[in-house]
Amino acid sequence: MSFWDYVGSRWAQLLTDAYLHASAVVQCVLLATAIGVLLGIAVYRSPVGSTVATALTSAILTIPSFALLGLLIPLLGLGVRPTVTALVLYGLLPIVRNTIVGLAGVDRAVTDAARGIGMSRLGVLGRIELRLAWPAILAGMRVSTQMLMGIAAIAAYAKGPGLGNVIFSGLSRVGSANAVNMALAGTVGVVVLALVLDGIYVLIGRLTTSRGIRG
Amino acid sequence: MAERADTTGTNPGGGGGGEVSGVDIVLDEVTKHYPGTATPAVDRVSMTIPAGEIVVFVGPSGCGKTTTMRMINRLIEPSSGRITIGGRDNRSLDGDKLRRNIGYAIQQAGLFPHLTVGQNIGVVPGLIGWDRKRIAERVEQMLDLVGLDPGQFRDRYPRQLSGGQQQRVGVARALAADPPVLLMDEPFGAVDPITRGNLQDELMSLQAELHKTIVFVTHDFDEAVKLGDRIAVLGNQSRILQYDTPEAILANPADDTVAGFVGAGASLKQLTLRRVRDVRLGDVPTALVTESPTELRQRLGPRRGRVGLVLDTRRRPLRWVSGPDLAVARTLHTAGRAVEDTVTTQSTLHDALEAILTDANGLAVVTRGHGEYVGVVDIDTVMATIRQLREDYGEDDGGDGTDGTGGTGGTGGGAGGGAGAPAAGGPVEFRS
Ligand SMILES: Nc1ncnc2c1ncn2[C@@H]1O[C@H](COP(=O)(O)OP(=O)(O)O)[C@@H](O)[C@H]1O
Ligand SMILES: [Mg+2]
Repeated sequence: MSFWDYVGSRWAQLLTDAYLHASAVVQCVLLATAIGVLLGIAVYRSPVGSTVATALTSAILTIPSFALLGLLIPLLGLGVRPTVTALVLYGLLPIVRNTIVGLAGVDRAVTDAARGIGMSRLGVLGRIELRLAWPAILAGMRVSTQMLMGIAAIAAYAKGPGLGNVIFSGLSRVGSANAVNMALAGTVGVVVLALVLDGIYVLIGRLTTSRGIRG
Repeated sequence: MAERADTTGTNPGGGGGGEVSGVDIVLDEVTKHYPGTATPAVDRVSMTIPAGEIVVFVGPSGCGKTTTMRMINRLIEPSSGRITIGGRDNRSLDGDKLRRNIGYAIQQAGLFPHLTVGQNIGVVPGLIGWDRKRIAERVEQMLDLVGLDPGQFRDRYPRQLSGGQQQRVGVARALAADPPVLLMDEPFGAVDPITRGNLQDELMSLQAELHKTIVFVTHDFDEAVKLGDRIAVLGNQSRILQYDTPEAILANPADDTVAGFVGAGASLKQLTLRRVRDVRLGDVPTALVTESPTELRQRLGPRRGRVGLVLDTRRRPLRWVSGPDLAVARTLHTAGRAVEDTVTTQSTLHDALEAILTDANGLAVVTRGHGEYVGVVDIDTVMATIRQLREDYGEDDGGDGTDGTGGTGGTGGGAGGGAGAPAAGGPVEFRS
């Protein structure tokens, strides 16, 4: 069976896996964004806090994903929970770092003027600082998403959802019929998904960034 | 006219248009001690900033001007002392609410880059709950006020504006909710000198209309002289070295430090206190460019060395011509030489003097409104003004200048430009 015949015959299954894959990644990125932005807000005013937060989130990235999943399985069992935990942890670094850089990069004159004309601290954060840091935060989310696309495939090891299952099944029966086709279909699927999501990010960036600060 | 608002009430003729909308500000023994510093940044400062006046804090960098100003709107909380605005303690309101009632403009303008010009100006009205329609109207009005065409600028983003335009928007944003008090921290410090001059002129005419209480911080003494109804010369820890009208400080610096700050050329600086409209203008024979050279030649008469002006059909000055020029000219379009520099009735006598010194005839052409010719200023008029200024401020001991006689040599018809002038004194020794 040729690769395309294989894809044709398993189309529905592949689409489902692709959907689950994308859905897991997107949800984990959103969760990582919520946590990462809050963390960034908490530390961006303090150089020490910023350094510590960046160092911690980078440290997570150095843990091999197999190892992290393996360590999480005894704690959280198999399936969605270890997958989400691992993905969120891995996704934090780009978002935390970009949030800190984005917030710290806001012109002091702008925040001073905002306070000076009577905006509250929260108002300044929400209406000025986060808006101005948004392109940077979004860029962090984009990097995070790309990274998690690959890592999510490995989550099949912990019985997580997504295209990883196709790849793993293929790899585990090397020699038998369709083994290569399966692994290839899963891998190509991940790459195509990553490209599609990247395009969506570009679109979101266009739609949500003020013309006044667009590059 | 009368951009120097007279709030003393002793010179009702000179106050100019508009009601005083400002309120007074009183600082009482105000001190700011930043944590971790040995000496206070501001040490027991007491002063009264009268309603409707521009008071300029001037002093060397780091002397505490900004700190003092920021305690008024509580961007910085004083360590001790009390500040009242319009009689009310500024701590009687929540800080954010207080600041919505106080305009604030700073050096880099600090416009919100992700918002349009219109949205920037509408921020404070939005914060205090105006509806959309009222905000939109106000934005138009404010853009007009600061000389920017609403249709052209409302939907632009700050990065699409020049530095001077950004400053104008900054001022419009500060004034949008019509606060009685405006704080300005070196607002024109980052623009080129020509733009700065224009912005200063505009602030003054704006103030002539609005009569806010304006606290203006600068380290540029010339700017202080030009803008201030009063100047507070500050030393280290915001110590008040002298607090008086620009005239009085120029004529009688309180001590050597102030004298050093005033710098050389005090008499020249005094010329920035007088406007062309405050002096009697001279006149020269004129002719429209459509008239014949012979007609103008007749108006010039036989006297040698007389010059006349050729005006365009809207009476704007075009060319200087002399008798000999006209004798050989076939049309006034090309006779004589082009008028290069003009001043307006709003210009300072300092500008007029410069124009006089660069003009071959020693005359500065004065225009008004849309550039129509109104007259000329010569060196004698300027000298007479300097002489008068010496007499007026000579032996003044730095009083508070409430006499309000305000006359200057050749003041034309009580234009009221000299409101707040101290009583005339005797002859003086004048610093070079
Ligand atoms: N946040 C701060 N913490 C500590 N010291 C400060 C702070 N802000 C200003 N200062 C110090 O207070 C003094 C006055 O500063 P400032 O009011 O900004 O002066 P100016 O506006 O006249 O240049 C300076 O010596 C400055 O270093
Ligand atoms: Mg300062």
